Amino acid sequence: MSAPENEHAGPRVDEPTGTSTMGHEWDGIEELNTPLPTWWLYTFYACIVFAIGYCVVYPAIPGIKEGSHGTFGWTSRGQLASEMDAAKAARAPVLAALDATPIEDLPKNPELLAKAVAGGKAAFKVNCVPCHGSGAAGSIGYPNLNDDDWLWGGTLTDIQTTLEHGIRQPGDAATRTSMMPSFGRDGILKPADVQDVVSYVRQISGQEPGNASAQRGAALFAANCVACHNPDGKGNRMFGAPNLTDKVWLYGGSRTAITETVTNAHAGVMPAWGNRLSPATIKMLAAYVHSLGGGEAFAATAAPAADAAAQTATSTGQ
Amino acid sequence: MTNMDPKGLTRQPPKRLHAETQAVYPRAVDGRFRRLKWAVMTFCLAVYYITPWLRWHRGPYSPDQAVLIDLEHRRFYMFAIEIWPQEFYFVAGLLIMAGIGLFLVTSAVGRAWCGYACPQTVWTDLFQHVDRLIDGDRNAQMKLAKAPWGPGKIARRLGKWSIYLLISISTGGAWIFYFADAPTLAREFVTLQAPSIAYSTVFVLTVTTMWFGGFMREQVCVYMCPWPRIQSAMLDEKSLLVTYKDWRGEPRGKKSTDGAPLGDCIDCGLCAAVCPTGIDIREGPQIGCITCALCIDACDGVMEKTGRPRGLIDYVTLEDSAREKQGQSATPHWKLIWHARTLIYLGIWSTIGAALLFALGTRQHISIAVSKDRNPPYMILSSGEIRNAYAVRWKNMEGRPRKMQLVLDGPAGAKMWSEDMAKDMAARDLTRIIPADTTSPLRIYVTAPAGTAEGKLSFTLRALDQDGGQVSYDTRFDAPGAE
Repeated sequence: MSAPENEHAGPRVDEPTGTSTMGHEWDGIEELNTPLPTWWLYTFYACIVFAIGYCVVYPAIPGIKEGSHGTFGWTSRGQLASEMDAAKAARAPVLAALDATPIEDLPKNPELLAKAVAGGKAAFKVNCVPCHGSGAAGSIGYPNLNDDDWLWGGTLTDIQTTLEHGIRQPGDAATRTSMMPSFGRDGILKPADVQDVVSYVRQISGQEPGNASAQRGAALFAANCVACHNPDGKGNRMFGAPNLTDKVWLYGGSRTAITETVTNAHAGVMPAWGNRLSPATIKMLAAYVHSLGGGEAFAATAAPAADAAAQTATSTGQ
Repeated sequence: MTNMDPKGLTRQPPKRLHAETQAVYPRAVDGRFRRLKWAVMTFCLAVYYITPWLRWHRGPYSPDQAVLIDLEHRRFYMFAIEIWPQEFYFVAGLLIMAGIGLFLVTSAVGRAWCGYACPQTVWTDLFQHVDRLIDGDRNAQMKLAKAPWGPGKIARRLGKWSIYLLISISTGGAWIFYFADAPTLAREFVTLQAPSIAYSTVFVLTVTTMWFGGFMREQVCVYMCPWPRIQSAMLDEKSLLVTYKDWRGEPRGKKSTDGAPLGDCIDCGLCAAVCPTGIDIREGPQIGCITCALCIDACDGVMEKTGRPRGLIDYVTLEDSAREKQGQSATPHWKLIWHARTLIYLGIWSTIGAALLFALGTRQHISIAVSKDRNPPYMILSSGEIRNAYAVRWKNMEGRPRKMQLVLDGPAGAKMWSEDMAKDMAARDLTRIIPADTTSPLRIYVTAPAGTAEGKLSFTLRALDQDGGQVSYDTRFDAPGAE
């Protein structure tokens, strides 16, 4: 209050808080000396030391062309590569076993079959889902792979062939191929005839009772369709000709849909996966599709074998 | 600056958040509570070290270690009990019982857990014995601590710390045996074949044991442990405490200077000298008192020597202390225990225990879990039948293979078959042998005639052997809606 105080008189203790000040002041505002807790400070120093070490050991310092490489040359890409290599190495024995096993022998080795189905499931998600759907239930024009109706055959071998050579793939001698004429569009049948054939098809598939139209259609069917669809209408897998008497319709079973099919015909295609996937992957895919519940020529049918399969189940999860 | 208060110009050290740590050199003492402490310590350490080595035969399919937490295979074995992960509520129940058990013990006999059985207490006690073994008793230790570093002190310190390390390693080392077959792991551990997690676990527990038991000691109780704080909320004037009867001891002193009569306390300071947490019990109940009762032993010894009745420091409630002061007799200990709070805790504790035992006795050793395929929800087969698919998991929780039957309860005409058999074998039930202690996944297909409406469907799993057992799982059958 009396003498002006020297600004650099040194630290004093601030009475209300009992803390000493830093010794400087600006317009009467002083700073209290509240140092960091020791433990915090040393942790902070330790962090700095750690960070320096980290920068030396790991690639951390950027450069013009490339950054530092670190002591051990670690990279995240390199780590990914080594993890991928490890995964590949882990899969190698299974893939080798698959390569060595003809697909028809796969059911004799339940453990390998189970692994093939699991691998096929993953490969299916990558390659097949866009057309066949994630549940393999297909859609109009894309076959449902869960059911028991097969255009080109539903045994493991059949599925493997279909996968490998595709459907209607030019340039693949072994591809599945056939051609249904466009009966209506090309004028082979008159529109009224087409309707009669449709009536007949709907009769043999149990959707409509027989009538005069269907009777006329029967004659037209015998003249035009039996070569592929068989006299009984149950189709022929050699040509991928569908069974017309069952309840599964690839392009729809309504009058409109069948009329459209008979008029314009359909010829679905599937890539020849043999060009893109390894034989082992194709076997895994075939095993997976076969396992979806519609697979044909099931190998072991007796219950004791099933017991054995249950006994070898390896899962011990909850 | 206008504040010219001269006091404000003096330098003062910054305030500290806690008291300066005082090293504690407890003096050796003998007496009934010390002996009890020895017994409890021996028991606790024995249980800890021996348990993993006990064997328990469970047949060829399960490990024969009596207590085993098999994280790898997700099983928990405790003598005749085997627990699967989904039964973890048994362990949760045990933990709740342990918690309420602590409350129960506290309400009956005060901080007995802290004083006798807490690992921090047991290991601290052990390390303090090592101190006395190497450095001598309290006075020698204090002298050594003050002495400058020389060959003698270095040798003693190295010797002491080596024993600390040995104890710490064996503490951490024993822990891992609860998680794997002990003899195998021991062999692997010494031949450096054990998994790295074993070594890192031992390392971490060695460091914490050494640090907490060797150096932190009572500071863990006073500054780190939440339990003393909880206890201070649980104790009342009816709680059994280690209490200095000030009405009897005061005024303390060796010899009266002004001829006024003195209390029984001769102010020898022995009660403070033996205290493992370094407190003076004569200051009254405090958070640092773990009620280990070593001061009672010390004081009783002095009272005996000076020809006065024992119990100047004693286990006594504050209420009884006041009553004794007025010449009334204290409530006997056995009577103290039976107050309402204890009985309520005991009731809760035993109810949970009984419920757990009941659940354990009546639990099924088979189990079933069904997950229905939802993509696609149903399929139309070429015959027009509707097919649904289910992933069924058969669980055999016994240590032997069991024959089980899966029975379908669903729409009329529904039949099932599985991925491992042909469709023409479809039936309303399937029989399989499920390996011991295993979950067997099986894909089940159910077909129902065309036109079946969607609705409920359930699977029942039956064990076909003598022990039997039956469990059901309700799910649904999907079908196309009416068009």
